[in-house]
Amino acid sequence: MTMVGINESVKRREDPRLISGQGKYVDDIRLPGMLHLSLVRSPHAHARIKRVDVSRASKMDGVVAIFTGADLQEQLGSLPAGWVLPDLKQPKHPPLAVDKVRYVGDAVAAVVASAPYLAADAARAVKVTYESLPAIVDAEKATKRGAPILHEGNADAGGAPNNVAFDWEVNGGDYAAAAKKADVVVRERIVNQRLIPNAMEPRGVVADYEPASGQLTMWTSTQIPHLLRLLFALVTGHPEHKLRVIAPDVGGGFGSKLYIYAEEVITGIVAKQLGRPVKWIEGRQENYLATTHGRDHITDVEICGNKDGTITGISCEVNANLGAYLSTFAPLIPTILFGIMLVGVYKLENVKCKVRGAFTNTTPVDAYRGAGRPEATYLVERMVDRFADAVGRDPVAVRRKNMIPAFKRGKAVATGVKYDSGDYKKALDKALEMLDYPKFKVEQRAARKEGKLLGIGFSTYIEICGMAPSAVASSLGAGAGLWESSLVRIHPTGKATVYTGTSPHGQGHYTSMSQIVSSQLGIPMEDVEVVHGDTAAQQFGTGTFGSRSVVVGGSALYMSLQKVVAKARKLAAHQMGVPEKQVQFANGRFVVEDVPDKSMSFPDIALQCYLAKDLPKGMEPGLEAVSFFDPENFTWPFGCHVAVVEIDEETGDTKLVRYVGVDDVGKVINPMIVDGMVHGGVAQGVGQALVEQAVYSNDGQLLSGSMMDYAVPTAEMFPNFETARTETPSPTNPLGVKGAGETGTIAASPAVINAVVDALSHLGVTHIDMPATSEKVWRLIQGAKEERRKARQGSRNGRKR
Amino acid sequence: MAKIPIQFTVNGEPREMMVEPAWTLLRTLRDELLLTGTKEGCSNGNCGACTVLVEGRSVNSCLVLAPEADGLEVTTVEGIARNGKLSHVQEAFVQEGGLQCGFCTPGFIISATALLRRNPNPTEEEIRLNLAGNLCRCTGYDKIIKAVMRASAAMASGGAPAT
Repeated sequence: MTMVGINESVKRREDPRLISGQGKYVDDIRLPGMLHLSLVRSPHAHARIKRVDVSRASKMDGVVAIFTGADLQEQLGSLPAGWVLPDLKQPKHPPLAVDKVRYVGDAVAAVVASAPYLAADAARAVKVTYESLPAIVDAEKATKRGAPILHEGNADAGGAPNNVAFDWEVNGGDYAAAAKKADVVVRERIVNQRLIPNAMEPRGVVADYEPASGQLTMWTSTQIPHLLRLLFALVTGHPEHKLRVIAPDVGGGFGSKLYIYAEEVITGIVAKQLGRPVKWIEGRQENYLATTHGRDHITDVEICGNKDGTITGISCEVNANLGAYLSTFAPLIPTILFGIMLVGVYKLENVKCKVRGAFTNTTPVDAYRGAGRPEATYLVERMVDRFADAVGRDPVAVRRKNMIPAFKRGKAVATGVKYDSGDYKKALDKALEMLDYPKFKVEQRAARKEGKLLGIGFSTYIEICGMAPSAVASSLGAGAGLWESSLVRIHPTGKATVYTGTSPHGQGHYTSMSQIVSSQLGIPMEDVEVVHGDTAAQQFGTGTFGSRSVVVGGSALYMSLQKVVAKARKLAAHQMGVPEKQVQFANGRFVVEDVPDKSMSFPDIALQCYLAKDLPKGMEPGLEAVSFFDPENFTWPFGCHVAVVEIDEETGDTKLVRYVGVDDVGKVINPMIVDGMVHGGVAQGVGQALVEQAVYSNDGQLLSGSMMDYAVPTAEMFPNFETARTETPSPTNPLGVKGAGETGTIAASPAVINAVVDALSHLGVTHIDMPATSEKVWRLIQGAKEERRKARQGSRNGRKR
Repeated sequence: MAKIPIQFTVNGEPREMMVEPAWTLLRTLRDELLLTGTKEGCSNGNCGACTVLVEGRSVNSCLVLAPEADGLEVTTVEGIARNGKLSHVQEAFVQEGGLQCGFCTPGFIISATALLRRNPNPTEEEIRLNLAGNLCRCTGYDKIIKAVMRASAAMASGGAPAT
């Protein structure tokens, strides 16, 4: 029996199942009579479909049915964007392409057979005749005159002229005036490369339709079962109450399972057409083509300020690649979640940001861990270093000089948002203390004398989390409320089942939510069950993304627990014959003040609620409560991450030798879980900085199309992470938490690249685009040496003359 | 395709079955023997989620054809715990928090078990190198490495060997 509180590293309750092979992911589900679906996908980045010939495929062994886009056009509908910016162009997105394909991997036909291999073989035998069209993959070139147009026609006809999906901007202060007055303006062109999320479990769907009742049940690897049910109903017309969506164990997501996908609609509708269970499981290469990608910005950025180290403004123009269609949250990511973060943790009064979202013949781009915030943080933290270099000051000193002073309750910044609470210098100081910065500087100088390239990089980041105040989100384009829900059901024996609207995919909600319950009711964690990810079991919920689950979902749970305790206290007072205010609740017992031996336990009261033989007048029997929590503001976690790298001058190979991360995520429920999430995020951020990159050929073929070609970081790339926390509670929710799922990814990339640039700074290097692969670093070193040689030669020649 | 007979031992139990020559060991374990603990993450030997022990050595079961397993001894994650008792490796993963979504975990449990059988006292560097064939996107590997070190220490302090 474990009574647990908050801020305790309780071992995860989900682990005994998962380490012994008892996890149940979508592909582990088998239903009687189940069929298997395989998709015919376009090998062309841009082409007209002239003919789909299924005659040979349909005669093959085990084939039950084949559907083309034209066959199911009515039933499948069109996938919508769930976030609508002003003047957003919203071209149709048919789950199965009808007349045109727009990226390699666009689905053209669905083949259903009795076994997966047979379905895959038959899919290969479907003959599609294409008329190939010129393709465009670069977001900047896509909107130039003469580029091939993906969605033809004007906006009213569902087209996107010039491939522009939106033009969005945010402004604060007056950047132009600030730049004019500034001593120094530093410019850079920065590419934030495209990434592939790589959840270890590819996506998958099992759909089961019962014709007599009209009930459709769908198991899918998703972060948003409730939103998915709503969207499926809206897209296909299938009644919402006749659809049950279940997210079983989900093997990672990182944002990539946060949408309504074509395959979910196709598998559900095909099961309905056939009246039999149908399974679709994504292969890894298929995942690289069909599951959303992340990032992909080309940015011209400027930072300005004075010689004393004061930064006065930042400005950027971004070309954001959206891929071929608008994925569910695609319009949100490179705009609001990016632009409003450009102030960072600094007293930066002048901000100008313009973002153009472009359609290209590539896989759709949407949220990937951090989603917009890593892109913003990378720009800000990279440019702060560039600025420090330009004014000849230490990057740590420049950060400290410009930091917003500590505040506990709300700080409005130039992009129009209000940070919740912060103490940025504290996190910086803690990181410096862990690091011993002066000692490092001495080591670095000594190393350089020996020809060793050692570099250090800082990232004092901030992020926007805990999505979100629904009214604010709605005013910015959200198509759904972003509150979260809970139901707490106390059983007659005093045990509890709690139902959360969040839907985990590795975050350990079973444990964290149990801890919240145990801490509030004083019952052992083993007496708590947590139910999530099943639309038939829970009230509507929003889901798990944007580091929101404990912030919004945990708070909703906390509210229901308070309601349960309030009712139980009222009943305890009634049964013990004392006024309610004399009853204290602690450690699972209702005790009469100053009469310690007069008490009732929480299970005693639970039983009384259900026996209902002696309730106060007007009290209903039973003991349960439901709550919907809609926060007043977002939360704003922050911190300071530091990377130390060593570069091999001969090969350009960069080794991460130390990594210090100090995060402030407010109050913490389970430190072990938070540490783990920070580590994972850091690994992804380091991966982006050093090795990861999705590469397309100019004609739209994904060259990094398998795990053989795309570098997912491995264990040998990393040192032990040195992590710590400061604690600045958030005033926006009752738990004081800020969210911890994304900190590492947001903080790590700029820290690592700043370290790489620092290691090469004595050679005159000021920037390198990610990923800093050994080839790129080697070329940079050779180039810098060549420049120096020429310069020396030039000056010698000059002297001779 | 004509099926052929194979005999092999899976988690200590002798098995006789008919397999198609093109079936992988992974597919055979998951779809025929219903041992779904072993996962398919990439099907081309890059991610390690399908790792099983064959004759005590860790292999990617997606790259082994079922007929190749004829006459051999195979252990999957379901065969690691004995009589309901977790192995040192499994116990250490729980204690250190060495997993999050759990999808890659069966492969890591197997690879770590194989490593510690071969080398009961590996250095951190050896662990990192030996587990580089298993990908994890959640943990950043930190707690996985600590879990393997913990399991190694538990074995050294006189506990029963990791199965």
